[in-house]
Amino acid sequence: MHLEATPEQQFLLESMSKFLDAEASPQKLRELYDDSIALDPEYWRRGAELGWISMLVPEQWGGGTLSGRHLPDLMLLAEAFGRSAAPGPLTPCNVVAYAVSQAGSTSQREAILQGLTSGETIATWCLAGTSGRWSPNSVSINASETSDGFRLDGIACYVEAASQADWLLVTARATDGLIQFLVPGSAPGLTIQPMTSVDIVRRFGQVSFAGAVVPVSAVLGDPGDATDLVERQLQLAAIIQCAEANGCAGRVFEFTLKYMFDRYSFGRPLASYQALKHRFADMKLWLECCYATADAAAEAFERGDADAPELVSVAKSYIGDHSVPLIQECVQMHGGMGVTWEHDIHLYLRRALVNRALFGTPEQHREMIAGLLSETVASR
Amino acid sequence: MTVEDVEVFRARVRDWMAVNLPRKRDSQPSVRPDDPSEQRQQKAQLLQRMLFDGGFGGICYPREYGGQGLTPEHQRAFNEEGEAYELPEGLNIPTMTIIAPTLLEFGTPEQLHRWLPPILRGDAVWVQFLSEPTGGSDLAGLLTRAERSEDGFVVNGSKVWSTMAYAADYALCLARTNWDVPKHRGLTMLAMKVHQPGVTINRIRNVTGSTGDFCEEFFDDVRVPADDVLGEVDDGWTVASRLLFHERQAVGGASPFAVGRGMNETSSETRLDLTLLAASVDRLGSDYVRQIVAEAHALHIVSGQLVQRVRTGMRTGQFPAPAGSLPRLMAARVNVRCADIGLEIAGAAAGAWTEMQHLGGEYGHAYLARQSVELAGGSTEMQRNMISERLLGMPREFAPDRNIPFREVKNNQSRRSAS
Repeated sequence: MHLEATPEQQFLLESMSKFLDAEASPQKLRELYDDSIALDPEYWRRGAELGWISMLVPEQWGGGTLSGRHLPDLMLLAEAFGRSAAPGPLTPCNVVAYAVSQAGSTSQREAILQGLTSGETIATWCLAGTSGRWSPNSVSINASETSDGFRLDGIACYVEAASQADWLLVTARATDGLIQFLVPGSAPGLTIQPMTSVDIVRRFGQVSFAGAVVPVSAVLGDPGDATDLVERQLQLAAIIQCAEANGCAGRVFEFTLKYMFDRYSFGRPLASYQALKHRFADMKLWLECCYATADAAAEAFERGDADAPELVSVAKSYIGDHSVPLIQECVQMHGGMGVTWEHDIHLYLRRALVNRALFGTPEQHREMIAGLLSETVASR
Repeated sequence: MTVEDVEVFRARVRDWMAVNLPRKRDSQPSVRPDDPSEQRQQKAQLLQRMLFDGGFGGICYPREYGGQGLTPEHQRAFNEEGEAYELPEGLNIPTMTIIAPTLLEFGTPEQLHRWLPPILRGDAVWVQFLSEPTGGSDLAGLLTRAERSEDGFVVNGSKVWSTMAYAADYALCLARTNWDVPKHRGLTMLAMKVHQPGVTINRIRNVTGSTGDFCEEFFDDVRVPADDVLGEVDDGWTVASRLLFHERQAVGGASPFAVGRGMNETSSETRLDLTLLAASVDRLGSDYVRQIVAEAHALHIVSGQLVQRVRTGMRTGQFPAPAGSLPRLMAARVNVRCADIGLEIAGAAAGAWTEMQHLGGEYGHAYLARQSVELAGGSTEMQRNMISERLLGMPREFAPDRNIPFREVKNNQSRRSAS
């Protein structure tokens, strides 16, 4: 629920929700389940027309938002995505669009942003290795300098839409820190192995680089350590995932609450049982906390506050810890129907579970927080 | 008159504070926990007087009653500037954030001229006489009686859980004035002088063994003048409902009237306590301890973020008043979880300790009172009722006492005398 949405944002939200309700209905999601791609290019192009990948891109490169509020608008969109468990690589496309906008050369911006914002092309991000850790310290692709460029070796895992991506943003370790490349999906020397996911429409792949050679012109931005930008990309991805998980939890909470009034047992609506009322009170509390912490993280990120990394980890750990259990509570409220394929609730449970698992589990983000706290205490 | 721009005000506050207010001692809470409560309160009253004299007393209160006639945004700016200074935080609950806002809503101009300026000057401290030994959550079922006399009311009965009543000047006392109507319709809110013939006050010893701030009071023919009825006779429930609203706001840390830190807003220092405890028992290397320390830290932060969200939602009108129960419930849940985490980290020292291990001992000791935050200011069960019924619109609990004259309702006193 958006407490301070401007009229432009209200309009944005309504048009996005209307589109997603029609084009990403539970029925359509189920139909896509067995599809190895699960993404209709026309759907993605039309979504892009609504601004899905434009929000973090400056206007001169084809971006911009109606309300002029970049990340808040993207948060609205991501939440709407979660409310439909919608298909499409929202997170990686926006992260790459952000990274190229921030650090790309003129020719990189020209080559990539126009296609991304119009929905003609798709981009994704290769960062985590098979260990499933998302941090600058756990990059598992190595870049070694050659006479006319770089040679990439290693495996990136959990890469969303890897098979469909026209562009891969590859974060790699070089001798003097991190370096990022923009690599076409068709580049020789890389192979993509599809992964299986619990998400009904999101597809992931494992990308192996075996001596892939990329030219110097593929390096994103100026040479030099890219750790700061990688950190910000990570924070951004986590924030989008949080907003999406909140959308899942919010939608499930709403239809489950409604069900409590419709469903009778022992001659009275389920909503009248205090044992259940109190569980809804707790769920309402978690939900409002989830919204509060995601918004706070996004604001800190947008302002570039020093505590943004901390607040992102707070949000990602709290939301991971509460969105998924909230949905499971709601499964329980539905009785046996809640654990069937037929009921829609699993569509949201799947998405929330994936978002909990990727870009840092609650445990990993808590370890981040503990690291910050230890530093503070040690410095006294 | 135009209202002063918030940033102009902020600059003025900053300059004034630098010259006039004492700074908090480094790395220490503004008042040591072992300061006696009364001393703490006197200090808060002195600080309030300094604010008042400096033109910052009662920032959101009308000028005609001694306030500054400004907005909650000004109060927030003041609080942000005041982070490093001693502020009269001890007067927030209940005087500044619960009682005074209620007086403002229901008091007559005559009453407000009489009551508000002393409060804003730091001269008068108020307390709530609400809960009774026969029941806390079922407030409207109270049994203290106020009977009409020539010049007002005569009160008999008893109250409990009033905070620092012994050091207060006035109390808002809810009493029954009509027994022939349903329970919510026969109550009257009285402003009662605390120190007067017929009022006996005892301090209650806490579970931790210390004599705390909680009191119980006994009333024997206590006189309250007719001029000191707040709101209408027999309509005290309307007043009490607003009082409880302000209480939820205050206890949840969302009161716009709070000076300095609200109750639910922990300082960065407090948030480090568990990390310091873990360091003191040399357990910061344990993955498990690191996890729970970080969890506690995250919960504190989210709790504060929720306060902001609810404040915003109430300002924009998207949250109704009962949303104040959300921060209240969160504060309680976080407190309980953090008490558990403290106990866990403290390890053996929570059970027995020497002077060397006193930090662990403090957590063992504090754990004894773990539930107090789940109970004070309305139990979490009541908050959950409030959230599910008033915020989510779920059906209210069945109550057999709702539509019958109160004298026919079964209560803990009548049941005892019947057996």
